[in-house]
Amino acid sequence: MSDWYRDFANSGFGTTITKQLGLPRPAVLRRHEPGQPLLPGPAVVGSAGEGRLRDALTQLLQAEGVHVQSPVTADGATDGEKPAAVLLDATGVRSPADLASAHDFLSPAVKRLRATGRVLILADPPSDADSPAQAAARQALDGLVRSIAKELRGGSTANLIYVPAGAETALASPVRFFLSGRSAYVDGQVVTLSAAEVPGDEDGDKPLAGKVAVVTGAARGIGAAIAKVMARDGAHVVAVDVPAAGDSLAAVANQIGGTALQLDITADDAPQRLIDHLRERHGGVDIVVHNAGITRDKLLVNMDAARWNSVMAVNLQAQLDITEALLDAEGVLKDGARIVCVSSQSGIAGNRGQTNYAASKAGVIGMVRAWAPRFAERNATINAVAPGFIVTEMTAKMPFGTREIGSRINSLQQGGLPVDVAETIAWLAQPGSAGVNGQTVRVCGQSMLGA
Amino acid sequence: MVRKAAIVGGNRIPFARSNSAYAQASNQDMLTATLDGLVARFGLQGAQLGEVVAGAVLKHARDFNLTRESVLGSKLSATTPAYDVQQACGTGLEAAILVANKIALGQIESGIAGGVDTTSDAPLAVGDDLRRVLIGLNNARTVQDRLKALAKIRPGQLVPEIPRNAEPRTGLAMGDHAAITAKEWRIGRAEQDELAVRSHANMAAAYDRGFFDHLVTPYLGLARDNNLRPDSSLEKLATLEPVFGKGDPDATMTAGNSTPLTDGASAVLLASDEWAAEHGLPVLAHLVDAQTAAVDYVHGGEGLLMAPVYAMPVMLARQGLTLQDFDFYEIHEAFASTVLATLKAWEDDAFCKDKLGLDAALGSIDRSKLNVNGSSLAAGHPFAATGGRIVAQLSKQLHEAGPGKRGLISICAAGGQGVVAILES
Repeated sequence: MSDWYRDFANSGFGTTITKQLGLPRPAVLRRHEPGQPLLPGPAVVGSAGEGRLRDALTQLLQAEGVHVQSPVTADGATDGEKPAAVLLDATGVRSPADLASAHDFLSPAVKRLRATGRVLILADPPSDADSPAQAAARQALDGLVRSIAKELRGGSTANLIYVPAGAETALASPVRFFLSGRSAYVDGQVVTLSAAEVPGDEDGDKPLAGKVAVVTGAARGIGAAIAKVMARDGAHVVAVDVPAAGDSLAAVANQIGGTALQLDITADDAPQRLIDHLRERHGGVDIVVHNAGITRDKLLVNMDAARWNSVMAVNLQAQLDITEALLDAEGVLKDGARIVCVSSQSGIAGNRGQTNYAASKAGVIGMVRAWAPRFAERNATINAVAPGFIVTEMTAKMPFGTREIGSRINSLQQGGLPVDVAETIAWLAQPGSAGVNGQTVRVCGQSMLGA
Repeated sequence: MVRKAAIVGGNRIPFARSNSAYAQASNQDMLTATLDGLVARFGLQGAQLGEVVAGAVLKHARDFNLTRESVLGSKLSATTPAYDVQQACGTGLEAAILVANKIALGQIESGIAGGVDTTSDAPLAVGDDLRRVLIGLNNARTVQDRLKALAKIRPGQLVPEIPRNAEPRTGLAMGDHAAITAKEWRIGRAEQDELAVRSHANMAAAYDRGFFDHLVTPYLGLARDNNLRPDSSLEKLATLEPVFGKGDPDATMTAGNSTPLTDGASAVLLASDEWAAEHGLPVLAHLVDAQTAAVDYVHGGEGLLMAPVYAMPVMLARQGLTLQDFDFYEIHEAFASTVLATLKAWEDDAFCKDKLGLDAALGSIDRSKLNVNGSSLAAGHPFAATGGRIVAQLSKQLHEAGPGKRGLISICAAGGQGVVAILES
């Protein structure tokens, strides 16, 4: 499942050839390794207008051991090595005219950004604006970030965090995520925070220590990767999959020191059985990852009811039923719980032959948005991730051309890995991510589909 | 200090008919996979348990330390001790009793009891004559001596000894022994077929309701026992020719109401209540008591598989219980006729008085409580693995029924032996 083209383009000869022919040159992405510093180099923090987050950002970076550089001055002077991250506090932007200062800061800074760098812009959400001009300026940042993401090369990414008033305390976890290797394949995305009570410091290497996490569909592929990353981050993982996949499920559980629970999540009594199990064995649950999903592709005109119904049952109805039951069961879903639902790029962009799948995955996005306020009441969150082209055993079976095109039509010019989806989910599951609620985060390398 | 050992749960691989899905798997492969499934179910990775006790009936010479080798190949801590036991078809239950007794005595806090058998990867041995020649050859020191030794080999010696499902002292297949007992107790063909159909139906229903989700882990592409015939019917079974008691025009035992040769493995996790609580693990049931018995089927005129009939009243008397004081009965279906003869013997006043030394018959049981999730006729019967299957299955059934429910296990074994036990939730 290695990316032969990326490896070739990064070889000595391949570099020459691809440069001369003007071919895409997908980079080797910077991915998270435990114990790794947040950034491989210094960061530069700038602001557009009189922002309120610059000091907080600087402090956050310094606490992580990141050297914070001064912005490039008008005469082009800098204070040393190329930055690994460029952060812009744009909370001071009041009108489109203020955006000029954003340009003034970003243009020279991004030019110096090293490979696998990060551009992160923070702004107030357009929906909270006092005037149309302010809303326009804030919304403009959306287009700005998405375009920077498309211009960046070398595995660098650009993302935007909208920080409404009151949500400043929830900033640390999202900022760390977007700067770190955990967000390697998250590019051109916008996340809107909400005010939330954020628990104190967590163990940097084991942010999920002491947590019990359920991962459905954990026997293989993305689900197994989620289970592994959750366990690496300190969680006890209850790996769930259908009984027929029980042997690979047991292997995953044994590899990560978790436990295996064979359960068909579409069975009528599945929510109750899951709740009984969690109560009996773990006294409750902190994290639930609704990952299990199936495809039964056919053009709509040829699709029978069985294909439609089975996809809906696994991909959407089971997520709804289990989540509802967990909310209703006394004392099972712990305070500060995290639910993460796996949606899909198909749920955003649609896909030929996947009316059932795309409908179910779009439904997931609506579900998390609608449930977010109810979860917020419990200091809990519910979010979705929407993977794009992720290299798995399934994509390995695709025809060569389809696979190559599918994996290249994104800003990072390569397919993501299951671990990229897993890292994003594990981030959303962190206690510190309390301010991320009701969001759908795409893990797609800024795919051109549905963007 | 005597305490009752808790049954925490179990795991088995689906059972496979001989020379089918597990044709290439060894006893050690199957037992190791079964232990790993149990480890995954209960989060025992790297755990040092008190003891693992298991065995196989058909065993290669190289498997002298089968259980310990399986533990070493599993995800359990390599510092978990293990030993092998073998009591024919009683092996699995006997292993559970051994582990439970050590827990009861406070000698260990946790343990796994298991069993495994393959009739596909059965050991072939050279005959005694050839074996003596080969040992002589090995001992020979000179070329001349070696040639002399080799010259003793005769073509007839080259045929290996294939293990047979027959009693060494009578030369009769176990099924033929059972056929004698069936005739003696006048067990009819129709009632045997009915029992078989019910076993298949019960087990299929149990699979369908997810009962086995917590008891079985798929293996080598098999997710359910491949002997299971959910659509088995009296009409279909009635068409089968008898395979045991041949020559008898009234023979009743067919391939449909007898268990086939089967490959498989099972394991049960037992512990003290304290250990289970410390590890956040459930207690499904406790092993209350157990009893073995043996009968003289060679000269004593008793049926080969009738020993459990004798073990039962001893255990019941010790516990002050009657045969009717149970919510579920698990009587191992080596053959449908064995189950029926066992029940009939307990119902028989004269037999209970004369043979068991009781004042009256033990009486009949409510048949709707018998093998409610199917038994060996449906699952198949990998000899040493059957006990673990039954203990885990009954424990889960008792747990589902609620606290204070009692279950009874009865397993017949080759050599005229029997093992019975009581579980309570």
